[in-house]
Amino acid sequence: MQLWQNLPLVMIVLPLMCAVLCSVLRKGAARGLMTGLSLFSGLSMGTLLYLVAQRGESYIYVMGEIGAPFGNELRIGITECLIGLLFCLVLICSILGGWRRLSQEVAENRMHLYGSMVCLLISAMMAITFTNDLFTAYVFIEITTIAACALICSTNKGRTLFAATRYMIMNLLGSGLFLLGLSILYCLTGHLLFPQIEESVTALLADGRYAIPLALACVLMTMGIACKSALYPFHTWLPNAYASATPTSSALLSSMISKMYIFLLIKIFFRAAGSLVFARGIGDILFVFSIVGIILGSVDAIREHHFSRMIAYSSVSQIGYIFLGISLGTEAGMAAALFHILAHSAAKSMLFLSANKLREVSGDSDAFRDIRGSGLRAPLAGVAFAIGASSLVGIPLLGGFTSKVFLSQAGIELGGWRMVTLLLALALSTALNVAYLLRTTMTLYRPGERYPLTRSPLVKDKPFTAAMLAMIAVNVALGIWGGQVMDLIYKGIAMFN
Amino acid sequence: MKKHKSDALARLKNWLEYGDDPLEVEMEEALGEEEAPPIPAEEDAPEWEEREDRKALAPKKEKHPLYDKVYRIAAEVISLMLIAVLLYAAVHMPNFGGADTLVNSEVSAFYVENTLEETGAVNIITGIILDYRGFDTLGESHVLFIGICTVLLLMSIKGEKDEEQRIFEDAYDRHFEPRHDEILQTATRILTPLIVVFGIYIIVNGHLSPGGGFSGGAVLGAGLILYQNAFGYLKVERIFTFRTFKWVSACSLLFYSLAKGYHFFTGANHLESGIHPGVAGNIFSAGLLLPLNAVVGLVVACTMYALYTMFRRGDF
Repeated sequence: MQLWQNLPLVMIVLPLMCAVLCSVLRKGAARGLMTGLSLFSGLSMGTLLYLVAQRGESYIYVMGEIGAPFGNELRIGITECLIGLLFCLVLICSILGGWRRLSQEVAENRMHLYGSMVCLLISAMMAITFTNDLFTAYVFIEITTIAACALICSTNKGRTLFAATRYMIMNLLGSGLFLLGLSILYCLTGHLLFPQIEESVTALLADGRYAIPLALACVLMTMGIACKSALYPFHTWLPNAYASATPTSSALLSSMISKMYIFLLIKIFFRAAGSLVFARGIGDILFVFSIVGIILGSVDAIREHHFSRMIAYSSVSQIGYIFLGISLGTEAGMAAALFHILAHSAAKSMLFLSANKLREVSGDSDAFRDIRGSGLRAPLAGVAFAIGASSLVGIPLLGGFTSKVFLSQAGIELGGWRMVTLLLALALSTALNVAYLLRTTMTLYRPGERYPLTRSPLVKDKPFTAAMLAMIAVNVALGIWGGQVMDLIYKGIAMFN
Repeated sequence: MKKHKSDALARLKNWLEYGDDPLEVEMEEALGEEEAPPIPAEEDAPEWEEREDRKALAPKKEKHPLYDKVYRIAAEVISLMLIAVLLYAAVHMPNFGGADTLVNSEVSAFYVENTLEETGAVNIITGIILDYRGFDTLGESHVLFIGICTVLLLMSIKGEKDEEQRIFEDAYDRHFEPRHDEILQTATRILTPLIVVFGIYIIVNGHLSPGGGFSGGAVLGAGLILYQNAFGYLKVERIFTFRTFKWVSACSLLFYSLAKGYHFFTGANHLESGIHPGVAGNIFSAGLLLPLNAVVGLVVACTMYALYTMFRRGDF
């Protein structure tokens, strides 16, 4: 084993220690530590991706002396590193982009705790991304759930407390369902590590024993993750939580936290219990739910009267796309889902951060009439919003377009009723997306009477500018070099087994 | 048809001339209805009676009797269905403790056979949670930490009130503390040392007998809470303040992460760790397990006590 292969261990344990340190540090130091740590995570994730791609195969890192099937293990492959790298980028940009608001909205005596939560989140993100063990995943899901709740309620306004309570209830329900499914699976197979679970599940399926509890375990875990990542019928916690939290928190919640749960689900489906899920039609049910989510999420967004809640609702529809890719059950479907995770994370965090700036220059108003002309008051934020919105709608040369192409390809490959439904849903949802996202973009450049149309002094915000430029670059890069990213994803999937 | 066209043309013209957008007007109207009454600023937060008034002032929620009824019934039906499905699946689960179930497979057999030899822990459970599956436990102990951090984030009133008011409130709090409860104090005087010794016993013997850091720490924390209830904050603060809590938990968790990190590093790279299981059955044996149990115990005890005080006063 070479020395660089120990990097994942450092990337998980160091944030844990930083979190503890943050809780005893002063405000400024804690914020610095949190930012430094996110930069470090991004850099090391990039290095790891490069080295693993060079090596050409994934490797197992044993946490302790004894590995599978008795101890904990991490598994590091290209897919994990790629997803992790994007999460790190989102993390850095969210911290920088929401920097000013963070100092305004989070009270002086709470800032160090906020830093500590972000550090724990980094650690949990790394652990969930790399783990090869179902129970470790659950432990870090717990950490993520509590940290996310703290991120929402850190601003301590009446509305955020309400949103956080709702978030907590729905997410604990999700954790509970996941734990139930996990225990049933453990009871049946006697293993917690993915490869061993897959072995025994395949054996059990061949025997035909315990078919009902196995299916139930899968359903429960899927429902749990669906609750936590806001698939359509379980999305009620989402709009308030995303819209009322401080911008850094909402960008992190929408682009990192919900996505890492979905990545975990992808790992469970395709590495632990895949044969089971798609043999029993659970995929088809998921397919129906995601189609409904894609359409109704957009409809909800169109009906929404608040600017930031509208962006939040569009997440519901985008999460539907990701689940759609997963539910196809083919390699192409999974690759499309992974690519959409990348594209949507990049676009959505940018939308949240730029929308916040646009509201800031319009007297913190959430009404559409007030944000008129804000694209002229804050030019960079306006451009960033336009690019993010176009990416979600699916304008060529941007990430969202590429991922829609891959998704339709996956559907066409499959054929049958699912192809027809998928293509129709994509077409309809693109039209709906245009109706609210591009319309809002136009509103940004329409002159309004309430605020001047000249550049506002509030746009002098260097961290925000840097974050927005980086996010724009990522979005455009995902569009232009989509094919290459997809090749990388396929290589990673080939390593999955 | 013609009317429709001219209508669209008129709207286009309106749009080009930056007139009002009908949809926006509609949205504004809807927003206006939703406007909640302004929430008073923190400094003139209303007393409880006034809050009742505020409740009455708050906008009435629209009533949909039919929807509410259907919602309730649907919720109950779905819950019952879930119960039925779970029961149905439970019937098909393997028999608990049956010899042929897969849980009694190679994994459990391996643990039973090798734990004592490899980790030096007589108590196999401790060996499993702190050694074989130490990564999970590392996460689990940080769940406690994050729990108390969240409570602090929500409830901490430190630095939010001016000094004078704080001193006044402190005095007010202490006035109502049970200072002269003879029965409670006598019982506590006898019980607390026993509880503390018992807690330490559970922690230190974690690798030898049932128990360990989590359960022992809970006992220690309960002892502290009991003592605080009988004698008040002033006495507890002589040995345990917010600073103590902060530094004890932080140092314990840092040590935990460092020790486990070292263990993972040497294990994964097949290096000699220099940690030996020792003689099984001795207190000082089983390598890292004893110190790990000790720090987990400290963290749990501190967290228990901190949670109790935060919910009571919002401060130490």
